[in-house]
Amino acid sequence: MTVRRIMGLETEYGISVPGDPMANPMFLSGQVISVYAAAQGIRSNQSSWDYAFEDPLRDARGWQLDRQSADPSQLTDVEDPTLANVVLTNGARYYVDHAHPEYSSPEVTLPRAAVTWDRAGDAIALESVRLLAARPGQAPVNLYKNNTDGKGQSYGTHENYLMPRRTAFPDIVRHLIPFFVTRQVVCGAGRVGLGVDSRGAGYQISQRADFFETEVGLETTLKRPIINTRDEPHAVADRYRRLHVIIGDANLLDIAGLLKVGTTSLVLGMIEDGHLTQDWSIRRPVAALQSISHDPSLQATVELVDGRVMTALDVQWLYLEAARRWLELRGDDPEAEATTEVMTLWEDVLTRLGRDVMSCAGMVDWVTKLQLLEGFRARDGLAWDDHRLAAVDIQWADVRPEKGLLHRLRDRGRTVDLITPEQVRAACTTPPDDTRAWFRGTCVRRFGAEVFSASWDSVVFDVPGHSSLQRVPILEPERGTRAQVGTLLEESVDVAALLRGLATPD
Amino acid sequence: MPGQEHAKPQRREDEVPDAPEAPPAAPAGAAVKEGLTDDIDSVLDEIDGVLESNAEEFVRGFVQKGGE
Repeated sequence: MTVRRIMGLETEYGISVPGDPMANPMFLSGQVISVYAAAQGIRSNQSSWDYAFEDPLRDARGWQLDRQSADPSQLTDVEDPTLANVVLTNGARYYVDHAHPEYSSPEVTLPRAAVTWDRAGDAIALESVRLLAARPGQAPVNLYKNNTDGKGQSYGTHENYLMPRRTAFPDIVRHLIPFFVTRQVVCGAGRVGLGVDSRGAGYQISQRADFFETEVGLETTLKRPIINTRDEPHAVADRYRRLHVIIGDANLLDIAGLLKVGTTSLVLGMIEDGHLTQDWSIRRPVAALQSISHDPSLQATVELVDGRVMTALDVQWLYLEAARRWLELRGDDPEAEATTEVMTLWEDVLTRLGRDVMSCAGMVDWVTKLQLLEGFRARDGLAWDDHRLAAVDIQWADVRPEKGLLHRLRDRGRTVDLITPEQVRAACTTPPDDTRAWFRGTCVRRFGAEVFSASWDSVVFDVPGHSSLQRVPILEPERGTRAQVGTLLEESVDVAALLRGLATPD
Repeated sequence: MPGQEHAKPQRREDEVPDAPEAPPAAPAGAAVKEGLTDDIDSVLDEIDGVLESNAEEFVRGFVQKGGE
């Protein structure tokens, strides 16, 4: 009945030192995080993230992977003293994930907020490279908001959606796969090169499609699944699951980003509500994902298990029309304006894509990038395997406004923006006010010196005069909002006063 | 296909002398479209200025480790 839901976005940035492809990405990523944290006055040692409740090997299907049988890359809760890992005043986590700096946005409830705090991550990445560049003797480090190097490696942009535990996982899998296979036409970021190592010349809709190998699974780095079953709710586990979505591309354009999370939240809502009854399962979904991605003309068809043959747009229309009926049936939306915005833009983009793909330039990442590439091809007669087109694809996602090509288009007014630069700037330091991120981020701002560690579901204080650490669990994502604890946080003269206030029932 | 390679510059040469005589009475939609096309050319010109000059080396140097 609504687009509203607890959700958040994670972005792993590509990282490189110009002229030095062998530079150690883990070390560089650590520098990126540390330099930003230091400038903000935030401690960045490894112990500042509280891993007490983390359980990356728990599987949504109900069993737990044996630690011995896990690939080392799956053990995300192992502490490494060389890696920086911080909670920012906006409630986000900024840390080194394997060989990339990762920004995990604070929890938000609405798609516009998801885009706002995602773009704040890009601004923080930019500030980080600026700070590094200003260090004497430091080689410049560049960050890219993309998902592949075009040479066989991919790194993720993950979405997280809180769902009630009671929703049956098989229902989620059945109804979500056809949606995920086809939503790339709306929110794909576009890519030069076909195949994981760009062996084939050409352009495709998605950065990520070629890296997926299976339908359902726990892994994120090998045998990537369309539906990832990692089930760490970072919340009361009996009540919630966190759906961890790994199939999306990193978006730079607001409308595509808004639709990515907004339409997914609506589809999840329909699944939770039992509104989707028909089976739209696609035959051989992994192959379908890739054939759709490889056809920017949007004519590629997939076969449903019921025998119908459809384009990706047709399948998206099925979901849009189901959502429209669902919203008509249920008149209890607390965020009708936000829901209407998503529905209106979804319909507008699908309609435009059906009539004239290029009419989505400035709205949809893959179309906007394609328009630029086609401009170069037409002007200079470039074939798809020309290095200049591959260079445009990479430089497209550079976080620096003077170098990033999407930034150049934005500065020329060629993008349709929903979020203002002022909103992005504010979101770099201010948490969303309607989730526990308000408590987490404000604790870091007000009492940073006494915050011993923090995580999605806890803040641990080292209180002067106390021999033991004081842990404040924040297991309910909608508790700890500005309305609930804002006054207490601002009026507490010190941490001891804050803890006394939290312990006193209101 | 040499014929194709010649086609583009020839068309451009043809268009230039025509341009001043073209009546400015085109419908609004066409004007917008023409404006956008011109703008793309100037976008390309600007991007020429910021694009890494050695594209091949730049692309080769962008090597990432897997993530997630």
